[in-house]
Amino acid sequence: MKVLVPVKRVIDYNVKARVKPDQTGVDLANVKMSMNPFCEIAVEEAVRLREKGVATEVVAVSIGPAQASETLRTALAMGADRAILVQTSDDLEPLAVAKVLKTVVGQESPDLIIMGKQAIDGDNNAVGQMLSTLLDWPQATFASEIAVSGKTAKVTREVDGGLQTLEVDLPAVVTADLRLNEPRYASLPNIMKAKKKELTITELASLGADTAPRLKVVKVTEPPKRAGGIKVETAADLVSKLKNEAGVL
Amino acid sequence: MAVLVIADHDNASLKDNTQKVVTAATKLSSDIDVLVAGQNAKAVADAAAKIAGVRKVLLAESAELGQGLAESMEALVVPLMSGYDAVLTPATSQGKNFSPRIAAKLDVAQISDVVEVIDASTFVRPIYAGNALETVSSSDAKKVLTVRPTVFKAAADGGSAKVETIAAPGKPAHTRFVDQKLVKSARPELTAAKIVVSGGRAMGSAEEFHKVIEPLADKLGAAVGASRAAVDAGYAPNDYQVGQTGKVVAPELYIAIGISGAIQHLAGMKDSKVIVAINKDADAPIFQVADYGLVADYKAAVPELMSALTAAGK
Repeated sequence: MKVLVPVKRVIDYNVKARVKPDQTGVDLANVKMSMNPFCEIAVEEAVRLREKGVATEVVAVSIGPAQASETLRTALAMGADRAILVQTSDDLEPLAVAKVLKTVVGQESPDLIIMGKQAIDGDNNAVGQMLSTLLDWPQATFASEIAVSGKTAKVTREVDGGLQTLEVDLPAVVTADLRLNEPRYASLPNIMKAKKKELTITELASLGADTAPRLKVVKVTEPPKRAGGIKVETAADLVSKLKNEAGVL
Repeated sequence: MAVLVIADHDNASLKDNTQKVVTAATKLSSDIDVLVAGQNAKAVADAAAKIAGVRKVLLAESAELGQGLAESMEALVVPLMSGYDAVLTPATSQGKNFSPRIAAKLDVAQISDVVEVIDASTFVRPIYAGNALETVSSSDAKKVLTVRPTVFKAAADGGSAKVETIAAPGKPAHTRFVDQKLVKSARPELTAAKIVVSGGRAMGSAEEFHKVIEPLADKLGAAVGASRAAVDAGYAPNDYQVGQTGKVVAPELYIAIGISGAIQHLAGMKDSKVIVAINKDADAPIFQVADYGLVADYKAAVPELMSALTAAGK
């Protein structure tokens, strides 16, 4: 069974995004970039399936600039077998990403796609669902557990108020939620080994997918700041302020 | 221009996320229909019909719609879209699950987590964990939006729309519902609660989380939340998670206990009206957004807070 794992290079999880003064976007110059945390979880899950003998090959794919190959090297160091970079300097919208991934799926014919539920830059939470629709494959989003058996997978999903379990026929698209697993750190020997693994670079244009933007960014602004509050000395003070000053008790 | 709002409900009752999204929809059009997709959900449709400003309620029922299967929701909504210029869904786990499918099938962009409607094609949405607000204009003929309910006021009752039953689609070919385990709680729902009490990593264990956070929440009639760190560590279930990757809340009062205030947590609660932080680290970033900060170890502060609340008649 082949597993395809799309990954995205994004601003590091611990870095606070700063809006550019000209309101055209977020300043990413000289900012630490990393693999999107949910993509790490997806890679980890695919690698575990391979270690359990359920999967035979794990292929990581990323759409982005040349530097996204570093993100793919991270996936390879975690245990992916090979990687594909679809190179572009354009910042694609989720629908375009799904269309490009669909062409990659056409070439690779995976049995399962595991990907993060959301990228922490655009916060769209849409690509997995869109890809499932375009492929006409079943979807199971927000997975906290994946059990593959034969040609089906049982996926436990995080839903409002609890957990839901679905059974999907393979091939399928599964998106990873936080509790699916705890991603490993790549060891130094594995980082060295990853440098020798196959990483294919394809130009976006050569795939022929429609990636025309549908949205125009009018501006990007900073959200209104909260005015700083006060410190209280005791719990009794706090209750009194909440009751008499803020009026929320 | 007519717009469709997809109702949020649990098959038994309508959730007020629906009324909030109706308010967002009024900025687009005065012709607003509400779709109730579920099973044995007639009472939900009747409740939706009472929302002021609603033209018509569509009710579709099947087992798969009741289970919220994304493929079934897409198959139901996409054909309806010939009669609408926009579809608005509350940005809940359920809404986020199916709405992008509708967009993909219609070959249009989804605009996720809308917090402001500027005009019929221009919307504001948070990006980068709410550290930036993006204003986008859409060139697509039809708009597919998920709407962050907490920023809109619920539309009032006062309507008397007709409920029209429509056919449900057939079963999806490759997806089957197995089971669902929902946590029954007497507490208010996290995203709708007036008061939220949240615990963080400082709790140190699931037992401590239950022992400290829950009695305080119950005393205040509050919902219980948690930081991602607390969820990651297994102290609290995932659906307690407040933040960029969890739930976004905006209660009257948010009490953060032993939460440092990571960027991604602030993204989920900084629109609360009043924020209280209790943390023993005076430099914790949570104090930068807190209206009232108490620098203290929660182990001493929470029991004191309980007593002070009792003394104040709570």
